[in-house]
Amino acid sequence: MTLRVLAVDDSRTMRNLLSAALVQAGFDVDLAEDGEDGLQRLSETSPDIVITDINMPRLDGFGLIEAIRGSLGNRHLPILVLTTESAPELKARARASGATGWIVKPFDETKLVAAIERVTMPRGEV
Amino acid sequence: MLPAKSALNFNSTLRDNAMLDDVTGTRTVDREVVAFRVAGQDFCIDIMSVREIRGWTETTILPHAQRFVKGVINLRGSVVPVVDLSERLGLGMIEPGPRHVIIITVIGTQTVGLLAEVVSDILTVSDDSMQPVPDIASESARAYISGVVVAQEKMIRKIDLAKVLPANGKELA
Amino acid sequence: MSIIISDDFRESFFQECEDLLEAMNDGFRLMADDQHEIETVHAVFRAVHSIKGGAGAFGLDKLVDFAHHFETALDKLRSGKLDLDDDVLALFQRCGDHLADLVAAAREGAEMEEGIGSHLQAELDEAIGSTPQDEEIAPVEFQPMGLDMDLCLGPASPGRYKIDFAPEAELFRSGNEPALLFRALSRLGKLTVRIDTDALPKFTELDCTKPHLHWLLMLESAEPLDAITDTFEFVEGMCRLEITEDEALDVQNPDASTSLQDIIAQTDAPVDEPLRTAKQPQASSRNETNNRGSGATIRVDLERVDKLINLVGELVIKEAMLSQSISNIALPSENEVSVGLESLKQLAGEIQEGVMAIRAQPVKPMFQRMSRIVREAGIATGKRVRLVTQGEHTEVDKTVIERLVDPLTHMIRNAVDHGLEDTETRRSAGKPDEGTVILSAAHRSGRVMIDISDDGGGINRSKVRKIAEGKGLVSAEADLSPTEIDNLLFLPGFSSKEEVSALSGRGVGLDVARSEVQALGGRVSITSNPGEGTTFSISLPLTLAVLEGMVIEVADQTMVVPITAIQETLQPRTAEIHQIGQDGRVVVNRERLVPIVDLGEVFGFRPAPAVLDNHVLLLVETDNGRHCALIVDGIQDQRQVVIKSLESNYGHVNGVAAATILGDGRIALIIDPDGIIRDAAGQVGAELQFYSAGQCHA
Repeated sequence: MTLRVLAVDDSRTMRNLLSAALVQAGFDVDLAEDGEDGLQRLSETSPDIVITDINMPRLDGFGLIEAIRGSLGNRHLPILVLTTESAPELKARARASGATGWIVKPFDETKLVAAIERVTMPRGEV
Repeated sequence: MLPAKSALNFNSTLRDNAMLDDVTGTRTVDREVVAFRVAGQDFCIDIMSVREIRGWTETTILPHAQRFVKGVINLRGSVVPVVDLSERLGLGMIEPGPRHVIIITVIGTQTVGLLAEVVSDILTVSDDSMQPVPDIASESARAYISGVVVAQEKMIRKIDLAKVLPANGKELA
Repeated sequence: MSIIISDDFRESFFQECEDLLEAMNDGFRLMADDQHEIETVHAVFRAVHSIKGGAGAFGLDKLVDFAHHFETALDKLRSGKLDLDDDVLALFQRCGDHLADLVAAAREGAEMEEGIGSHLQAELDEAIGSTPQDEEIAPVEFQPMGLDMDLCLGPASPGRYKIDFAPEAELFRSGNEPALLFRALSRLGKLTVRIDTDALPKFTELDCTKPHLHWLLMLESAEPLDAITDTFEFVEGMCRLEITEDEALDVQNPDASTSLQDIIAQTDAPVDEPLRTAKQPQASSRNETNNRGSGATIRVDLERVDKLINLVGELVIKEAMLSQSISNIALPSENEVSVGLESLKQLAGEIQEGVMAIRAQPVKPMFQRMSRIVREAGIATGKRVRLVTQGEHTEVDKTVIERLVDPLTHMIRNAVDHGLEDTETRRSAGKPDEGTVILSAAHRSGRVMIDISDDGGGINRSKVRKIAEGKGLVSAEADLSPTEIDNLLFLPGFSSKEEVSALSGRGVGLDVARSEVQALGGRVSITSNPGEGTTFSISLPLTLAVLEGMVIEVADQTMVVPITAIQETLQPRTAEIHQIGQDGRVVVNRERLVPIVDLGEVFGFRPAPAVLDNHVLLLVETDNGRHCALIVDGIQDQRQVVIKSLESNYGHVNGVAAATILGDGRIALIIDPDGIIRDAAGQVGAELQFYSAGQCHA
């Protein structure tokens, strides 16, 4: 079983890059365009991990994380935040919303996979 | 001998045959050429530039065109000019009729038809057998010929396609 | 092991940038109209932010750098730390323009001058009053960093690290998991793990919401301390963590330590193969359910659309050919074949329309470019100008839009430079200081109308006339109507270097702009009211693929004349024709003298017929009000024809706009009336010009 990643980003370029990197690394990838879309996709696909951008229309990354943490079944779902800055206050805010970790853009595949592996259990090892 | 009127499509399997000569160790390239007659003389062009051969169809005359431009024909939706090779080579204008053929050639992005009397053969010639244009050829013909091959006891002139085509994209008035 | 950044990705990034820049400009415009809400500011911020993010992924450092400064200022606006006044908005707009330039330069791989960017950055910094230390973090963070880099930097011999780790409840709430951290650590070297259960309360007193476990880890690794600390990056502040480089302490006591497997077996989410990575060579083929949310649009390769358009064009031609052959058979009326063919014809027509619509695009992006032109023209001329756009969702063929940019740019600059008065003149005329240029688009009777209006002083006709006379473009005696004088602006050679300013200049006159529009099958007209302003109207075909034409015959050749150019048809027998000079003939029409031109002669097919009784005159009109009567031998039909390029395989022919394929499969040339008139004017000389522009009230 491959791990299933839900990547949420309003930038098409980022979605493309994320999905290319993740697919290449052997993950199953679902994509969403903003927080609301992400919540919708989350209920449809039950991912093993969510990677989300922060600045998005409709529902931003923080809102998405809070909504995910608010549902009982996803209390421990790993969520990584994509950010261009590693400003401490941003991380603090992400963590306060319930993010598991973060990936600072620009990312490469190594960085992405390392971050995912730090917070997920490969399926089949369960 | 190919029937003149039938449309002939060359498929893409006809490619240059590159062979390694064991004796000399040099690489000789064999090319296939389409040979045809214009004003009683034999000419050829590389088969890779030939898209198809069609029977003569009436052209639509182009205003202000040079004498060797016979006009344009409809080739499956494209507007293709037809060049009277005989006139172009200074051998006199052809009065085209049902026995004539149009060789559709492609050079770069440009598609042009060449009006010829008859397509006679497809020959395989090696680059080695290509000779420079002899002095006997007339000035105007020499300008459009890149070399000469002797095959089947005939002297076949290889046409330099780029030079016979009407200038593309330029003001032609 | 990096993401393969293919050209496709790059291209899709730049395509997205177009959308993002558009969203940004939309936002600025709402701000300019004072109609923005906080979400507008957010949207602009996000657009710039996304450009920065994408640019970072492609290593476009200059773009990232500028976008970052821009974004920082926008963030201040977003958080209310910066007030939006006219100056700030103008600065933001200029930054937006520069960002667009940087994107364009990056797309082409071109270098940009540093000057503008650093100047703007300085202005941004000044506007937000930023202190340098605020800014320092981010650029450093953009350095790409890969974990594998650490491998080369680590010490040669393995060190031993003692790690004391006690998670707090928060750590679990954030979705982190100690076992996963240990798994990550075990990648860095040899890891031994010991659980300290001393703090574990009695079972009966167990508080399930609080963690009670405490781990002691020993890692033998060649990695530097940083790499170990990095592993705990996500849980920093949510655990007690002490890492010490230790040689002496030996936790590798088999009794006291537990293997990683054992630990994981004890936790609630155990793994049996902790070293397996997520990377699986046989990844399932099911991935990326792409962009499901968007649904509304797809991006299609233009080549595919054009191929489809060509095929549909073929279909229409084949259908016409079939109709013709069937009508030759002379079947009884109301027969099934003809009825079937009729519905086929209708279907083909509808498909054609539908396919053409794919190429249609809103004029909005082009209009947005023009708002930049207006801004720049305003700065260059020292005039305050506002651009108002209307009907920006009007759709036009993509190629038409692309080729309209240059002429429109020219006319917009012309409107600011020559149309609008300077501030003083405006004040004394009782007008607001700020001039207005209105750019509007609308569909009208199967064509697209684009109007460029200014609220300036209108065309100074006596001055225009004087210039035209001075250049010998019109005789001093000619009796010109106001419209005819206005149209003198379009004459080649009207604008010359002396009176063209640096802005409208480049030695290009309005005549060039007009001929560019004409090349698209369009027409330009001009209306002007003294003191109120001037309007240039461009009328364009909706598509470049088909046109409504009149099929005519000249010297045994079948040709097509665009319907839009034809005013009326005249019968020479009943018309009043006068001989002028040796070769010239004119026909009197609505009290005008219209020069007669034989199409056959212009094209070199024949000498002009001496007697016209068996011919027909087509009265055609050009944009600048020039008329001409074309001699044709007969009119066959009026129909829609598919436009085929003559230039791709041959070249341009004077007087010929393009070619088409008729029902019999033969090619017919589509004539270009403007080209014909130009040619004819060349032959007949100034005489014709004189008649067409001048003596029309004989």
